[in-house]
Amino acid sequence: MVRLALPNPGLEARIPSLGELERIEQEESSSRPKWDNKAQYMLTCVGFCVGLGNVWRFPYLCQSHGGGAFMIPFLILLVLEGIPLLYLEFAIGQRLRKGSVGVWSAIHPALKGLGIASMFVSFMVGLYYNTIIAWVMWYFFNSFQEPLPWSQCPLNANQTGYVEECARSSPVDYFWYRETLNISTSIDDSGSVQWWILLALTCAWSVLYVCTIRGIETTGKAVYITSTLPYVVLTIFLIRGLTLKGATSGIVFLFTPNVAELAKPAAWLDAGAQVFYSFSLAFGGLISFSSYNPVHNNCEMDSVIVSVINGFTSVYAATVVYSIIGFRATERYDDCFSANILTLINGFDLPEGTVTQENFAEMQQRCNASDPAAYAELRFQACDMDTFLSQGVEGTGLAFIVFTEAITKMPVAPLWSVLFFIMLFCLGLSSMFGNMEGVVVPLQDLNIIPKKWPKELLTGLICLGTYLIAFIFTLNSGQYWLSLLDSYAGSIPLLVIAFFEMFSVVYVYGVDRFNRDIEFMIGHKPNIFWQVTWRVVSPLLMLAIFLFFFVIEVREELTYNIWDPAYEEFPKSKEIKYPGWVYAVVVLVAGVPCLVIPGFAIYKLIRNHFQRPGDQRALVSSPSAASVNGGLWS
Amino acid sequence: MEAFLIEVDGAAIGRRRNTTCGPWGRMWIRHVPVEEVLYLVSGGQEYAWDTNEEYLFKAMVAFSMRKVPNRETTEISHVLLCNVTQRVSFWFVVTDPSRNHTLPAVEVQSAIRMNRNRINNAFFLNDQTLEFLRIPSTLAPPTDPSVPIWIIIFGVIFCIVLVATMLLILSGIQQHRRKHKGPSEMEDTEDKCENVITIENGIPCDPLDMKGGHINDAFVTEDERLTPL
Repeated sequence: MVRLALPNPGLEARIPSLGELERIEQEESSSRPKWDNKAQYMLTCVGFCVGLGNVWRFPYLCQSHGGGAFMIPFLILLVLEGIPLLYLEFAIGQRLRKGSVGVWSAIHPALKGLGIASMFVSFMVGLYYNTIIAWVMWYFFNSFQEPLPWSQCPLNANQTGYVEECARSSPVDYFWYRETLNISTSIDDSGSVQWWILLALTCAWSVLYVCTIRGIETTGKAVYITSTLPYVVLTIFLIRGLTLKGATSGIVFLFTPNVAELAKPAAWLDAGAQVFYSFSLAFGGLISFSSYNPVHNNCEMDSVIVSVINGFTSVYAATVVYSIIGFRATERYDDCFSANILTLINGFDLPEGTVTQENFAEMQQRCNASDPAAYAELRFQACDMDTFLSQGVEGTGLAFIVFTEAITKMPVAPLWSVLFFIMLFCLGLSSMFGNMEGVVVPLQDLNIIPKKWPKELLTGLICLGTYLIAFIFTLNSGQYWLSLLDSYAGSIPLLVIAFFEMFSVVYVYGVDRFNRDIEFMIGHKPNIFWQVTWRVVSPLLMLAIFLFFFVIEVREELTYNIWDPAYEEFPKSKEIKYPGWVYAVVVLVAGVPCLVIPGFAIYKLIRNHFQRPGDQRALVSSPSAASVNGGLWS
Repeated sequence: MEAFLIEVDGAAIGRRRNTTCGPWGRMWIRHVPVEEVLYLVSGGQEYAWDTNEEYLFKAMVAFSMRKVPNRETTEISHVLLCNVTQRVSFWFVVTDPSRNHTLPAVEVQSAIRMNRNRINNAFFLNDQTLEFLRIPSTLAPPTDPSVPIWIIIFGVIFCIVLVATMLLILSGIQQHRRKHKGPSEMEDTEDKCENVITIENGIPCDPLDMKGGHINDAFVTEDERLTPL
């Protein structure tokens, strides 16, 4: 066992001792927020962890990395990386009873930067995540009409045909790129604020404000709905999906194992990254949530339960998503085939019904034999089921293009649309609760805000400030900005923060002390599995993932996909390079949180160094400690 | 759906056919879906395409021509069908009363276009299943409500959220006032003393009577600036 422990003088003074914990819990019961019951806490944590990524990132990874075989690296890394980190965050929050800034500065004052970095990352992610929720709300508002607006192209000016951009791509593409985003052709071309998206954004931030206005007092009530409704809707969609034609082909496609893919390191690294991001670690929200727990809450059980639920939800959502995708792919395949059949029938004047999908190839041969010249002039489309199954099934493309198209083909489409977007809204909102907690509580701990300001005001100011900054995502180029932030704000900094978190708890706080704390809180010491993973396995895994991503990102030129109707291969997206100034933005967004950690440590060391000579001065100027007791009754 | 609007090149068809009927128009009737050959299926109705149906078709075309103002009356016998295939597709032309020459295609096209709906309904078909080559169908304009529906939904939800926010803020202010107004007389001195204690050195201390001999936090320093006691 590694017995390394860095020297940490004064630690005992900064943290409440074990004996005092229960007393403190009693005293704080009126002033500090606490959970009404265990269910609220569990639902909040599950809601924070389970988010949009479970629905639109995991199914794509699963299918592209060998189907059913992807479960193996996913589950292994879930156990080796996800659960230990989760347990660590839960336990340290429950022990030190503070938000992220409070916890890290209690462990060592120089580590305050870790809390600040978490706050910064929570802020950046919350900024763009709520914009996605705004888009979901926009689609939700538009779902209350029959036929759905994305099921048909609008007519052009003289009503002789469809709008060209729509006719060349598809109604769902057109509705997403033109009527929703009104997207420009590059990130340089900002355009103006799209007022309809602004309205949706206002609504999204207002709903978030109402739910988080008093911290966990209000979110604790909201999570009863936002955390449970997605499961209900997923089940409804599963039942609906399985009764549609072609659903099983989608599920088979998803889970067909291709064990050869496991030999590629990319599969393991993507699995590790997915486990890590899907657990919402290093945001600071989880530490904060568990600090409101009673001292003797069994955080070990909690972390295992939350992890299992998260993993199960990923697999469940993947099944549902791919059953619907299978249905859509089958519809497209049938349409493609029917077009080919019609071409053949029209070309050779065959009676209706003589050519079907089964005898198509044979009929083609016969027609070719009868009149090769005429046959050569006919143009047939290539219909490949696998292509349809793997089209655009990741991220916003899945939700706003593929799934919406599938919904238009179902009977009673508005109902399914409403249900689907309510589910996405709940998934996103419950994750935003954690983000808000990760921003509000550190700000309070940092003592930047005057103590007498009520929590409602602080939350309101944060919501308002972030809302104003989020205007940038309502511009024509908004979606490009969002993808930029998504790729860089929510990826590398989190890995760095999590690595330092683990390092701090195990080596600066001391894993022995941590074990004793846990023994006090839940009654038994963490077993050998936790010891090994906390000390060695999980930090190494995170380091490996971080290095891999860093090396890959730094080596590649930064490119992005644009929607350009003037492109020759339209409706495919065009890949172009980012302009130069984007590199500065990336460095700012990804680099600042990472650099805050050592930066603050250095700042603290310098401050301490320069204050040494001023010691005497400090003693005289501060009010004398001895007069405290004397002044009690005067 | 674009597949059904494809225009098949007239010349390519004419190549295989005897063009006594003329090369300009050709009507397809498409079966959707189909159990046996020669049956038209649309909307669940099934009927065989026989000479009676052909008579009805001729009647509809004559009707369309009659509806054009300022023309001589067209009779059913002026409409000629030819090359009827099993696909149910055929050529047709409309001749003038003297039966010497055929009417220009443009006139017939515009007449049929104006009565497309009636012709479709006579055969229980629609624009996709009854296709006239070189007569594009006019697309139905989408229904445009005066107020887009999404604004209504947005308005409803936003108002609910605003009302909820107001209620929560007001109840928060009330709670705040109640907390500070009620026990203020009794706890005034205690508050003052607690304030005195807490702001000194920034270390929270407990009143002596509750501690009764425990370690007094006031004497434990956390700041390295002060020399350890």
